Amino acid sequence: MLELRGVTKTYGERPVLRGIDLELHEHRAVALIGASGSGKSTLMRCVDLLEEIDDGDILLDGEPMTVPGRNPVPFRRRLGFVFQAYNLFPHMNVMQNVVLGAVKGGGMKSADAHERGMELLGRFGLADRSRDYPDRLSGGQQQRVAIVRALVTQPRALLLDEVTSALDPELVGEVLGVIRELKHEGMTMLIATHEMSFARDVADEVCYLQDGRIVERGKPDQMFTAPRSADTQRFLSRLLDRG
Amino acid sequence: MLGGLAAFVLTSPGWPSVRRTFLSSSNFGHSIGHVAAGFWLDVRMFLVVEVVVLAAGLVIALIRVLDLPALFPLKILAVVFVDVMRGVPTILVVYLIGFGLPALQLTGVPTSAVVLGGLALSLCYSAYVSEVFRAGIESVHPSQGSAALALGLTRGQALRHVIVPQAVRRVVPPLLNDFISLQKDVALVSIIGPQEAFRVAQIFSDANFNYTPLIAAALLYLCVTIPLTRFVDHLQIRSLRERGGLLALGPH
Repeated sequence: MLELRGVTKTYGERPVLRGIDLELHEHRAVALIGASGSGKSTLMRCVDLLEEIDDGDILLDGEPMTVPGRNPVPFRRRLGFVFQAYNLFPHMNVMQNVVLGAVKGGGMKSADAHERGMELLGRFGLADRSRDYPDRLSGGQQQRVAIVRALVTQPRALLLDEVTSALDPELVGEVLGVIRELKHEGMTMLIATHEMSFARDVADEVCYLQDGRIVERGKPDQMFTAPRSADTQRFLSRLLDRG
Repeated sequence: MLGGLAAFVLTSPGWPSVRRTFLSSSNFGHSIGHVAAGFWLDVRMFLVVEVVVLAAGLVIALIRVLDLPALFPLKILAVVFVDVMRGVPTILVVYLIGFGLPALQLTGVPTSAVVLGGLALSLCYSAYVSEVFRAGIESVHPSQGSAALALGLTRGQALRHVIVPQAVRRVVPPLLNDFISLQKDVALVSIIGPQEAFRVAQIFSDANFNYTPLIAAALLYLCVTIPLTRFVDHLQIRSLRERGGLLALGPH
């Protein structure tokens, strides 16, 4: 459904992505792991066309998205993006945050968007917060609202960019729980994460990124128990050492 | 200290004549009605110019912050406009527009001094206010724009629903400050003719060799500017308290 071919991206002189090939099939989840600065977030932003790529192609349902001059908006509407820092709109309450994209971007009727928003908020334990402003919510609640906001438009796939990295440890579980549930329902997901046990649980495939390249990819069990590449081994053992 | 200063002024050799020329109650009573009628023109001009300035200032700010190649010529124009209008004293702009535009003798160009004066003030203050708006827009974190685009909004929708509302909230106090100065600068229009408060007061002063009407005009200005200033202070304190309050409360 989502396909990356030789995606290359440079910031000034510094190459950030050096020829990424990746395929994400319907109802599957691919986890991107790797150290900070390995290119995970840039890759996610490129897929949502928030950054322009320098070379290569990104296709959504076989349609090339990264043709120069092509309007990115319709493609972005078919993808949902959840940011590390939630990025809720502070001047809007929870419900306004949730329906904005669906109503203004997706052309959904306001009443329908509200209904769907309420249903999703209810499912993730946020029904009573719909009139609150984001600064009144905990980090975990804000991130769950951000996930609902991305889901209301019924995207083809969800892009989750380190969605638990900004959270206090005790709040990580509630957000990961939501994502596990979505996976269970068959949501297609591309997940950049530092949570290895979560990646192992949820992902159908894990890719290890280093210096803008996918060094190794494989099934989670194989990747975490018997990584083939020395780089992956070093990365994982450093993580294990840290506890 | 205030008492000392008062005593110093009141015992000065010139005080009796100053009191006669600046603080004559008969002159005050005689002129206040006319000066107040003139002040009503100031208030009306202020209100109209303020609306024009808010709209034009926002448009200029948007032209300057938007990164669209098609807008590039407009962007250069906006930069030149802001530089020139902020760099020339307002009184000069009033003079040049007030006498220069009608001198062109073009059909359709207004000749009313009130309209021309209002136009001059609008030009000057649009430049200032556009910079206030621009600072506000640039203070909104880029991640807000990314989030709006990721939701499938167009650039225009992102600006309208996400960026500009946040920017405007942040710049309300500095905007009101500019409007307090605009309220006073309306008096500059008097140099091209309209009989607003300062001009009326001047006419009375010249006729009677007594400056009390100017004091009357000053009092009228204070009646508007002091409440406005207090209102700005109140807004600033409230926004500080909101931020501080949230910091103290933390997420719960």
